[in-house]
Amino acid sequence: MTNALPLSPLDGGIVPAASFASLLDRHDLAPTWDVPHGSLEVPEATTILAMRWADGVVMAGDRRATAGNVIAHRRVKKVYPADDRSAVAISGTAGMALELTKLFQTELEHYEKIEDMRLSLDGKANFLARLVRGNLPLAFQGLVVVPLFCGYDEQEEAGKLYSYDVVGGRYDEQDYATTGSGGSEARAFLKSAWTPGLAEPAAIRVAVEALVAASEEDAATGGPDPKRGIYPNIVTVTADGYREVPDEEIAPIAIDVMEGRP
Amino acid sequence: MTMPFYVPPEQLIKDRAEFARKGIQRGRPIAVVEYDGGILLIGENPNRSLHKTGEIYDRVAFAGVGRYNEFEMLRVAGIRYADVKGYAYARGDVTAKGLANAYSQTLGQIFTHEVKPYEVEVVVAELGDDDNHLFHVRYDGTLRDKQDFAILGGDEDRLTEEIGSSHRSDMGLEDAIALTTRSIQDATENEIPPGDWEAGVLDRSLGRRKFRRLSIDEIAPPT
Repeated sequence: MTNALPLSPLDGGIVPAASFASLLDRHDLAPTWDVPHGSLEVPEATTILAMRWADGVVMAGDRRATAGNVIAHRRVKKVYPADDRSAVAISGTAGMALELTKLFQTELEHYEKIEDMRLSLDGKANFLARLVRGNLPLAFQGLVVVPLFCGYDEQEEAGKLYSYDVVGGRYDEQDYATTGSGGSEARAFLKSAWTPGLAEPAAIRVAVEALVAASEEDAATGGPDPKRGIYPNIVTVTADGYREVPDEEIAPIAIDVMEGRP
Repeated sequence: MTMPFYVPPEQLIKDRAEFARKGIQRGRPIAVVEYDGGILLIGENPNRSLHKTGEIYDRVAFAGVGRYNEFEMLRVAGIRYADVKGYAYARGDVTAKGLANAYSQTLGQIFTHEVKPYEVEVVVAELGDDDNHLFHVRYDGTLRDKQDFAILGGDEDRLTEEIGSSHRSDMGLEDAIALTTRSIQDATENEIPPGDWEAGVLDRSLGRRKFRRLSIDEIAPPT
């Protein structure tokens, strides 16, 4: 890294300030994967979900990553803060998804510092779509990354959800969204359990129940594991900001849910 | 063919320094002072949205005086430098020292090579666990490591004396604000309306990102 600062504010004309991603391109630091044809078994992250509740959104993910039929990691974190008012969860090829998350987080903070204001929630969702789209060539070789995004829209004063497909298509979701290998099972559960205007504890409980339901049908989704102290990642985003629900709060709910399962 | 006049390098440097210094002295000063819970950056700025202080990275903040477009360029370049470095390595690897050196190199280069030197001075402040760092970079690239507090622009000597005589690093935020606002008004012989202050702090009690702006009510509590 050179020590002198590149002072090129206009970049050849009056255009919006260079994004962090384009800055990385210039320094040859952008994350790239040049994959030859063939198949490869790399860890994959599985079930994630998000739903709206009375004051905002809740987002949850199981903790398992699998490579083929092997459990690669038991304590993977799949739900991250994107910034102080939004969260992102990842499914698909874990390594690439984690890098994409880091790039997304840095980009949002970079914008906020330079412009002295946060990007709008729609702006963040669109930028994430661009990152997913950039990954399309690799998706054809089985290295798929599909995130979920949610946040609190400060202009509309409401929680919002966004889901994506592999080509970077961005979809606004109304009530709840799921993705990953156990996503369809979790969605089926949410279809019957989700109701509008849930309170926070109820929303957290429904999220745990949906993940437990998914883990019972999908081998790649890990259920709560009280013996090892592994519980789902759950976060909430409201007007007050991003909050990670601590394990101590999730543990009793998870144990109760598992005991109540038929 | 006309021959360019010979200008001795001493004269050239002197002229440029004088030019830059004049531009900076005309501006309103900023004080960066340590207090018990962090570092305060404060100065007069009637502009509500064009800031002179700002966040660079988790524990690193910036203050600049002089020409707005020039120090704004430095601020943005500093954020780019910090974000790229933190992304490529780790967040803890971004330090005020690295950035201050980069500013020093850049300003030094501009001072000798460009048609016109930058009429700016900047401070890079870093909140440490035990000790803080304040780096003062001048228009010609001179880099200095300051203790306790740093003054940018205005009548620097007088303000250093005013603040230095009663500053203590263990003073509270309210006392630090009272001291700096009083000293700046005394040194500039100018009464500054409460709404015309701009201030930010690197606050040790905050989470990962330590910088926050102070509201007008926090700077000048309504009496």
